[in-house]
Amino acid sequence: MTDQAFHRQQAELLPQQPAPATTVGIVGWARTNLFSSWSNSVVTLIAIYILWLVISSFVQWAFIDADVSGTDRFACTSDGACWAWIDQRIQQFLYGFYPAGETWRINIAFVLLFPALAPWMFENVPGARYLRWFSIAYPVIATILLAGGLGLTVVTTDKFGGFMLNLTVGLAGIVLSLPFGIILALGRQSRLPVIRILSIVFIESVRGVPLITLLFVSNIILPIFLPPDVALDSVVRVIVMVTAFASAYMAEVIRGGLQAIPNGQYEAAQAMGLSYWKSMRLIILPQALKISIPGVVNTFIGLFKDTTLVIIIGLFDILGIANAMVSNPDWLGLSSETYVVVALFFFIVCFSMSRYSVHLERKLDTTKR
Amino acid sequence: MATTSLTTETGGFEVRRLWTDERSRAIIFQLLVVLGLALFIAFIVSNTIANLQRAGLASGFGFLTEPAFFDINQRLIQYTSESTFGRALIVGLLNTILVSSLGIVAATLLGFSAGVMRLSQNWILSRLVTAYVEMTRNVPVLLQIIFWWSILTELPKVRDSLSLGGAFILNNRGVRMPSPVLEPGFGWVFGAFIVGAIATFLVAKWAKRRQDETGQTFPMLWVGLVLIIGLPVVVHFILGQPLAWDMPERMRFNYRGGFNITPELIALWFALSTYTGAFISENVRAGIMAVSKGQSEAAFALGLRPNQTMRMIIIPQAMRVIIPPLTSQFLNLTKNSSLAIAIGYQDLVSIGGTILNQSGQALEVVAIWMGVYLSLSLLMSGYMNWYNKRIALVER
Repeated sequence: MTDQAFHRQQAELLPQQPAPATTVGIVGWARTNLFSSWSNSVVTLIAIYILWLVISSFVQWAFIDADVSGTDRFACTSDGACWAWIDQRIQQFLYGFYPAGETWRINIAFVLLFPALAPWMFENVPGARYLRWFSIAYPVIATILLAGGLGLTVVTTDKFGGFMLNLTVGLAGIVLSLPFGIILALGRQSRLPVIRILSIVFIESVRGVPLITLLFVSNIILPIFLPPDVALDSVVRVIVMVTAFASAYMAEVIRGGLQAIPNGQYEAAQAMGLSYWKSMRLIILPQALKISIPGVVNTFIGLFKDTTLVIIIGLFDILGIANAMVSNPDWLGLSSETYVVVALFFFIVCFSMSRYSVHLERKLDTTKR
Repeated sequence: MATTSLTTETGGFEVRRLWTDERSRAIIFQLLVVLGLALFIAFIVSNTIANLQRAGLASGFGFLTEPAFFDINQRLIQYTSESTFGRALIVGLLNTILVSSLGIVAATLLGFSAGVMRLSQNWILSRLVTAYVEMTRNVPVLLQIIFWWSILTELPKVRDSLSLGGAFILNNRGVRMPSPVLEPGFGWVFGAFIVGAIATFLVAKWAKRRQDETGQTFPMLWVGLVLIIGLPVVVHFILGQPLAWDMPERMRFNYRGGFNITPELIALWFALSTYTGAFISENVRAGIMAVSKGQSEAAFALGLRPNQTMRMIIIPQAMRVIIPPLTSQFLNLTKNSSLAIAIGYQDLVSIGGTILNQSGQALEVVAIWMGVYLSLSLLMSGYMNWYNKRIALVER
């Protein structure tokens, strides 16, 4: 090659080439993520096969072969799922034994829940200042709507049931367990020995036993502990026990947050001359709670799932209603269909809570910016 | 120290200062709390005594020696309906321990594999595992227990049992499988197993020392397998197979022989392990992700293969992050096993409930429940703390 030829080659820029077809686009993605080696390819093929088996048989069962109408299980003649019960029983699954003419009250309470939650969950909610006042009033409004009073027909709590009972117990537990959890966490960190020991004893003994035994306590032991003329409402008792249970777990989550605050913050607050409560309210807790939000939301999710345990002491939440229906002669043997639907209810609520917690975690994670 | 003194400079005593002074306020506040608690307890005790007297119930644990008069179909120790309440409770406790230990083993295996698989480079595999984790984590475990139990009890009746090669019989009364029968001479097989295990241990020690000194590796896995499994198998055949299997046999209305695992135990075990396994996989994933990337890069630079890197570099460091939450998952599983009562698996809570209904000794039964679960929790967390300390990073 002569010098001239070499220089000519150098002077002309080569046109830009596209990347090889096997490294870009869907082919490239599949090569790196699904077929990067022969063992990987085998795994991919097996996974696709399993996925195909599960999805196709589920679709076949739940949709293609399914029956959707009828008044009892004998109307379902095909091999697939029998969804006829939904049309017949969905009222009970949602509202329990609540009087049919009054269920609009539950619906209104449910719809009002969203404006009550919004200002605490999201930033930039229009009118957040007024909404906060509304959400403070919400528990009272919801209680009146559900239980009656102020001109509404009184509905006793033994009529509560279905998913509405899960939501009521769950929300009441969530709202109450947070403040109690904070108090217990602070008590466990307290310098006063009596307060500290009492908090530790409460937290550890509640965390050490299953929720079932606590529910049994509320059902069997509380009547022994109280004077005979005092009769606590069974739903209220459950809420008290679920709250006690969740606040012990909450306390440990918040303690983690408190321990993550550097000592300098405590000392600086003291140096400013702030009292204990002021330094907690203004300096420590805002930081500690922010750190512990993911754990707090996880505790909420656990609490909400635990509301199903009320069936063991004889209340009819959505799972209790499902159990009753599965053993009803009209709908005998529909357990898969029923429990899948109940599971879907819980999945929707719990999965959105956990997604929200992930979203918060990302938003609050300042290390990556 | 003027601010913390209870007297004025002139020596007079001021009541107001009792509350403005930090130290005396702390003492007064705590005294008030103790007083309030004491009043509360006194209130409860007096009510309890009055209520118990009205109901004509004797308190105390004497009822434990009375005969129980109910049957327990799932038992690990000898029990008849003439046995005492105390023995019934022990049967229940053993059932709790049985399902918890089975569940802990399965959940740990499942959780570790799921956690590692979720971090796999294979997109579809990690998505599949994610789907499993999200679907089990977000549904109440009680619902899952009841769901699996309802599926198991809808299996064919005894008449149309499903049979897997004649050895495993599936029907709505559970799974019946062959049980081992030890004939004379089996002691030698067991002895061979012990010898193999000890030999493996010694060879492993020698191999490690040799590798430390010379860098030569030794195929420890294969040698260990031959010693632990091969040796007893060889002895077994030399002695003319002293281990026989009691196979399930079809009788007129039921199967005989082998042993039966009830659908309750299977459902509870399966639901608890898949549920807790999902949580454990999240802990494992977090633990592995907490190991800095430099560690695996350094391992690759040293020429370790990916699975060696995982086994010798990543997992040991990740364990430090994984162990504390793992402990609480084990405890959760043990406590969740009390949900057995919903499907009639006779664990401590379920048997306690029966006793409570029969004898009316509510306070005592609840006290036993709480005492047992608290001690189980303490024992388990004590052990896990010890283990955690052993593998913790030794800091200067």
